[in-house]
Amino acid sequence: MNPQSTLPPTPAALPPKTGDPSAPAGSGHKGPRSEVRFFAGLGHVALAVWAVIVIVPILWTFLAAFKNTSEIFSSPWTLPAELRWENFGRAWTKAHVGRYFLNSVIVVSCSTFLTMLLGSMAAYVLARYKFWGNRAVYFLFVSGLAFPVFLALVPLFFVVKNLGLLDTHTGVVLVYSAYSLPFTVFFLAAFFKTLPSSVAEAGMIDGCGHTRLFFQVMMPMAKPGLISVTIFNIIGQWAQYQLPLVLLSNAKDKWVLTQGIADISVNAGYEADWSGLFAALTIAILPMIIVYAVFQRQIQAGLTSGAVK
Amino acid sequence: MRHGKYPFVIGFLFAPVALYVTFVIWPYAQAFQISMTNWRGLSAPQWVGFDNYRRLLDDGAFWKAVQHHGVLLLALPLITIAIALFFAFLLNVGGKSSGGQRQGVWGAKFYRVVFFFPQVLAVAIIAVLFQMVYRPNESGLINGVLMKFGIEPILFLVKPNLALWSIIAVLVWQAVGFYVVLFSAGMASIPGEIYEAAEMDGATKVTLFFRVTLPLLWDTLQVAWVYLGIAAFDAFAIVAVLSVDGGGPDGATTVLAMEIYRNAFVYSKYGYASAMGVALFFLTLTFAALTLRLTKRESVEY
Repeated sequence: MNPQSTLPPTPAALPPKTGDPSAPAGSGHKGPRSEVRFFAGLGHVALAVWAVIVIVPILWTFLAAFKNTSEIFSSPWTLPAELRWENFGRAWTKAHVGRYFLNSVIVVSCSTFLTMLLGSMAAYVLARYKFWGNRAVYFLFVSGLAFPVFLALVPLFFVVKNLGLLDTHTGVVLVYSAYSLPFTVFFLAAFFKTLPSSVAEAGMIDGCGHTRLFFQVMMPMAKPGLISVTIFNIIGQWAQYQLPLVLLSNAKDKWVLTQGIADISVNAGYEADWSGLFAALTIAILPMIIVYAVFQRQIQAGLTSGAVK
Repeated sequence: MRHGKYPFVIGFLFAPVALYVTFVIWPYAQAFQISMTNWRGLSAPQWVGFDNYRRLLDDGAFWKAVQHHGVLLLALPLITIAIALFFAFLLNVGGKSSGGQRQGVWGAKFYRVVFFFPQVLAVAIIAVLFQMVYRPNESGLINGVLMKFGIEPILFLVKPNLALWSIIAVLVWQAVGFYVVLFSAGMASIPGEIYEAAEMDGATKVTLFFRVTLPLLWDTLQVAWVYLGIAAFDAFAIVAVLSVDGGGPDGATTVLAMEIYRNAFVYSKYGYASAMGVALFFLTLTFAALTLRLTKRESVEY
C-alpha cells in the first residue's frame, strides 16, 4: 500500500495506441469483432475439452459399474449389455460399502456438529469479549493453521491410544473436531466481529443472560457465516483419509468410506472383481453429485470462503 | 451489564481449548521431543540428540521425497493457475460486451458448475477412480482406446519417469475448478469501466488479460499459490492410494507424508518419523515465508 513504489500498469498508463494503424479509434470495429469471435471459438473448444475431461472418467465409471468383468476388458467404451444391479448389491453388502458409507455419515455428522458448537462458542467469546489472555488464546487456535497434520501424527496416535479411544468413532470424532477448530475459530471470529453490537446490548437490557444471548440472538444472526463453515467442514472431514487410516486401522467394521474404497481397490486386484469396484466407486460418487447439484451455490461459496475472506 | 462475564467466558472457552490442546497442541509439542529420541514404541525412549536428523541427511528416500516436493511445488501451482486463469478469463471476460457489461462466453454457468465438481470428491476416491483410468491394459480408460487403435499401452504409474507426472495430472484435474471459481470471484470485482477504458484505447483481449486482469488479480493469485503449495507438501492420500505400492515404483513418487507414515506405522520408528515430521514442518514454513516475501507487490486500489 505504498504509493510511491512502481505500480503495475493500470489502464490509464497503457501506451496510447493512436499511432497504431491497425486500430484507429473510429474504424476499429472490425478488428475487435473478429478477434472476439476467434477467442470465443477457441475458448469454447478449450472449455468443452476440459468439461469432457472432467465428466468422462466419472461417466465411464458409472457405465462400468453395470458391466461384468469380460465386458470391462473387451469393450470398455461401450454401453453395458444389460443393467447388472447385482454388482451394486455385491459392493454394498459383500464389500461392506454400505457399512463404510454409514460410518462416514455418523462420524462426519457428529464431528461437524461438535466442531461448529465448540468453534462458534470459542470464536464468539474471543471476538466479542475483552478479557485477560484473549489474544493469546486466539493465536493459540490460529497457529494451528500453520502446522502440517503429519508433524503430529505419531504423538497423536499415542494420545488417542492412551485415552483408550483407538479404533473408536469417538476418537475420530474428537480428533476431526480438534483439527477443524483453527479454521473454524479464525473464520467465525472474524464473522462475529462484524455483527452489530446494538442488538446484543438491547438483549442485555431485556435481562438476557450471556448464554441465552449467544444461542438465541447471535447464532441466528451469524447464520450465513455458520453455513459456509459448516459446508467447508463437512466436505473436509468427509474427504479425510490419513487420520482414519491411523486411528481406525484395526477395526475394519468402523472404517469410513475413503478408507473402505481404497481397501476395496486393493482387494479387487486379488479377487478380479472389477465391476464390484466400479459399483463401489459409483456408490461413493453419486451421492456427492446429487448433493452438489442441490447445494452447488452454497458449496462453492463455502469452500472458497477461506480464500476470499 | 458485564456482571458474570468471567464465568461465562471460561465456561465457553473451556471445552474448545481442552479439546484443542489435548489433540493438537500437545501432540505438536511432543513431536519435537520424540524426534530427538530413538523410540520404537516398546521400551522407554532414549535421548539421541540430533542423530535422527543426521540420518535423514543420508536417507535416499528422504531426499527423493524432498525432490518430489520440489517438482510438485513448481508444477502443481504453475499448471493449475495457468489453466484456471485462462478458463476464468474466458468465463468472465471472454464474451462480447454489451452496454458496458462484460460477459463471459455462452454456457459459462454450466462450465463453472462442472469444473468445480471434482473439488467435492475425496482425494482417496479420486485416486481409486484414476487407478481405473490409468490401468495398463485394455480395461483402462485411456489405454483401452489406445489399444483399440493398435498403439502400445502407456504404463502411466509403472514407468518411473512418468508416474509422478501422472499423479500431478490428477491433482490438477481436481484443483482447476476450485481456482476457476476463486479467480472468477476476483475478476467479478474488477470494475467494468476499467476494461472499457482499456478497450477504447485499443487494447486487445490479450493485452486486457496481461495488463488489466493479471495485475488486478495479484492478491488472489498469491493466495492460490500458497494454497497449492501447501497441497504440494501434503499429497499423502493421492500417493498412498494411486501410486504403485505407496510411493513407488521404487520411490519414484514418494512424498514426505508417505515416508512418515511408513516409518511410523509400518517400521515403528517413531523417533525417526517424528524427525521427518519436523523437517516437513520447517519446509512448509520456509515455503510460506518465501512466497509471501517474494510475491510481495503493491496491490492496486480501484
